[in-house]
Amino acid sequence: MNGGPGTVVVVGASLAGHATARALRGAGFDGTIRMIGEEPHRPYDRPPLSKGYLSGTVTDADLSLEGVDEDLGADWILGTRATALDPATHTVSLADGTHVRGDAVVVATGSLARRLPTDLMGVHTLRTLDDARALRADLLPGARVCVVGAGFVGAEVASTAAALGLDVTVVEAAPAPLAGPLGPLGPVVASLHARNGVTLRCGVPVERLEGAATGSGRRVTGVRLVDGSRVDADVVVVGIGATAATDWLAGSGLDLQNGLACDARGATAAPGVVGVGDCSAWFDPVRGRHHRVEHWAESRDRARIAVDTLLGTSTAPPAPAPSFWSDQYGVRLQFAGRLLGHETVTVEAGDPESADALVVYWRGDDAVAVLGMGQPRLFNRWKRSLSALPVAA
Amino acid sequence: MIRICSTDDVVPGEGLRITSTVPPIAVFRTEDDEFFALDDTCTHQDASLADGWLEGCRVECPLHASTFDLRTGAVDEPPARLPVRAHEVEVRDGEVFVTLSTAVPHLPPGVTLGAS
Repeated sequence: MNGGPGTVVVVGASLAGHATARALRGAGFDGTIRMIGEEPHRPYDRPPLSKGYLSGTVTDADLSLEGVDEDLGADWILGTRATALDPATHTVSLADGTHVRGDAVVVATGSLARRLPTDLMGVHTLRTLDDARALRADLLPGARVCVVGAGFVGAEVASTAAALGLDVTVVEAAPAPLAGPLGPLGPVVASLHARNGVTLRCGVPVERLEGAATGSGRRVTGVRLVDGSRVDADVVVVGIGATAATDWLAGSGLDLQNGLACDARGATAAPGVVGVGDCSAWFDPVRGRHHRVEHWAESRDRARIAVDTLLGTSTAPPAPAPSFWSDQYGVRLQFAGRLLGHETVTVEAGDPESADALVVYWRGDDAVAVLGMGQPRLFNRWKRSLSALPVAA
Repeated sequence: MIRICSTDDVVPGEGLRITSTVPPIAVFRTEDDEFFALDDTCTHQDASLADGWLEGCRVECPLHASTFDLRTGAVDEPPARLPVRAHEVEVRDGEVFVTLSTAVPHLPPGVTLGAS
């Protein structure tokens, strides 16, 4: 790699960081890769944490993101948080007081689950493997579960807990759940809760979490809502979104307005510093602005583009339409495209009310997004025909 | 070697799920009119590769887009990390015959041999 970096420091050892390291090796990069991870674990897959891992069908070994015979030849620095970045010298400071210096830096520190202010036992968020283990240990037979937030993580946890035979209530502050990601189909998808024996209460924000003293400390007993009503609960799962894990970049001078600002190829304003994954807000040519996404597929697929940016090559295939999936109540949801509001929808196959359908979102005559409910074959055909024209300002 | 289907049963550029084998297999017919056979179930999660997107000599899983090599069953990138088995295919007089691999299949968590 003439003139390319000799050492690449990857901050973040989850999907985006790992995919970037793989892409570096795949591109023939034979220099040093230093992988820094705050969690003590090797790269693992997060989507099963709210589903199969929580229910026990997926094991720790199943979660690995590393190929069976994969050897990236990287130096792993795990269980250590990055605390600062000097973009000019490509130096990353670590919580243990040491520094890691390279010729280029990949920022892939992901996102952090939003929390409610509480120190009560029995209150969970779900982002990491350790979060999932703690929640799993609390989902005991007979436990009453209250999920705060009817987004995808909340819905998947509710679905898993209901399948385990637990009594589950979901409370959502917004009047229409999933309206952001799914538009008019949000309430249709959210109706899966009631049809599977889970109570969903919308439009009622949480006032506070209530607890009582137990032998081992204060533990949650319920969720008080702003209308004065209360949901009794032994376990509370807070699924109210995530924020970019960019606090550690505060002194770097990089643009962190909503995630690390990057151009449409992952470059930041600092030479030799790229951003990938949940923490980054790439410029989206369709939206005409920076846009942070937390989708699994983007974290994987953008890694190759970011590596092109680092190495000055152009080998990556064009990024596919943004997409995500969710499995809940036995229904496989798949979505691709961009919703900007005011799209019209058509049902191209099946019936959304029966949770088996292919729904297309239109802006004018352009198909701009597609939702599949249990229609993987059709979904993939529509996904490839979506328009990705810039939206007129 | 067992007869699996007729060549006409498989649309060019698509796959056909065969449930008469254990585990189910997928027969693919490329746009170049070549036939391949893999285990049908993705090694990551219970998805039918016959529903996947065919491009050249690869099929992309319809759920999470790991792609598998039609010739070898090798997988390219996560979320799947284990290969599917590739089966030997012979096309004769408009019929597709397959010799099933004797390797141990890699089935996804929660899926067992013989499960429907």
